[in-house]
Amino acid sequence: MVINVKNLYLRFGKLEVLKGINQEIHQNEKVVIIGPSGSGKSTFLRTLNLLDKPYKGDIEINGRHILDKRTNINIVRQKMGMVFQQFHLFPHLTVLDNITIAPRKIKKMSPKDADFLAQTLLAKVGLLEKMAEYPSKLSGGQKQRVAIARALAMEPDVMLFDEPTSALDPEMVGEVLEVMKNLAKDGMTMVVVTHEMGFAREVASRVLFMDDGMIIEEGTPTEIFENPKQERTQAFLEKILT
Amino acid sequence: MFENVAMVLGDSHRVSMLMNGMWITIQISLGAVVLGLLIGMVMAAFNMSDLGFTVMGRKIRPLRIIAFVYLGVIRGTPAVTQLLIVSHTIFAAVRGVNIWVGIVALGINSGAYVAEIIRAGILSIDKGQMEAGLSLGFNKYQAMLFIVMPQAIKNILPTFINEFIVLIKETAIVGFVGLQDINRVGQLIISQTFNVTPLFITAAMYLVLISLLTWLLGKVEKKMRSSDRR
Repeated sequence: MVINVKNLYLRFGKLEVLKGINQEIHQNEKVVIIGPSGSGKSTFLRTLNLLDKPYKGDIEINGRHILDKRTNINIVRQKMGMVFQQFHLFPHLTVLDNITIAPRKIKKMSPKDADFLAQTLLAKVGLLEKMAEYPSKLSGGQKQRVAIARALAMEPDVMLFDEPTSALDPEMVGEVLEVMKNLAKDGMTMVVVTHEMGFAREVASRVLFMDDGMIIEEGTPTEIFENPKQERTQAFLEKILT
Repeated sequence: MFENVAMVLGDSHRVSMLMNGMWITIQISLGAVVLGLLIGMVMAAFNMSDLGFTVMGRKIRPLRIIAFVYLGVIRGTPAVTQLLIVSHTIFAAVRGVNIWVGIVALGINSGAYVAEIIRAGILSIDKGQMEAGLSLGFNKYQAMLFIVMPQAIKNILPTFINEFIVLIKETAIVGFVGLQDINRVGQLIISQTFNVTPLFITAAMYLVLISLLTWLLGKVEKKMRSSDRR
């Protein structure tokens, strides 16, 4: 078991965003979270590495209770890659340095080893020729692929994707999804918040439908997409699939 | 007019007074800008610090309170008053006049403005940069050091240069505690020559000093921008 979430509550000011989330995510699973905007799906993802802080509940990652103040969250985060909707590449660093900075500074990896690792990862996302460029020279799709490589550089046990294609022009969505599919094939544990239903159908081992801060329904892609049991799931799918 | 300039500058004693005044202004400016930068960095860090404890449901952050009081007092009182206070407290036991009075007083004063410049520079960096750093496993201080600060400095630099220029002009108040800077020397020469020409000479000296500095720091800034291929 990789992630175990129990009875999670979170609010922003007076707004209750997560209202009792329970979820177990196992090694090798590809969990895709769907749901209308404002349903709390991104927030739920961000609580998994504590970028947003719940006020109640428990999150256990590989045996570490991350809401416990004694847990060093930085060490837990090193093993969890995160990919953001807006990429958040470091504009003052080259593509190569974007990827090597964490292994160099955190793992004290030698520059030579870090460069080699970064080049391997860049080759994997098909951007080796861009290694000396600054992020401003890249297209959105290229930026997101670099961001994925950057997250992989810490050799995470699980990758979290927060709407990785939502900020992209339509013609660039494919290249990013392709990289993610390859990652899934390699056996990476993934939690993905997305509106790409095609990706969910093809890659997900489990689909969670969230609405109003709760997980309303979960199941295999076939169960959710072909035969949704809850009314809200049906309504949501009807809206986006037509 | 020109005869008057010749009269003032024709006297080698007056020229050397002016040169000494220039040197004192330069020393105080440089000392105060360095001290102000140090204080500014500490106070900016205090002002953004989250360290604290909770009392009856309210979070108390002592470092922020220190920064709040410091910024409020320094920005809410005249620099001349601060100079006189420093002179009569910290330096009360020091005999004679000492340029450190000017450096300390103006450094403390400038620190408040620098703290706000730094804070604004850091806040101008998208929150996502810090989050991306944290998500890789950096702690808050590393993320600040390796990711946020290098970007913030480029935003801070132009405003900081401006603060430096303001500071140089502000040093003209040190005459109040007996320091013979450019401005004070100008006044002394007036009392000897009974005409206003020395004021134009001292104004020209400030202008030259600041123009040189603007030109020099402009070059530094341009160099930093060129490495910034955003």
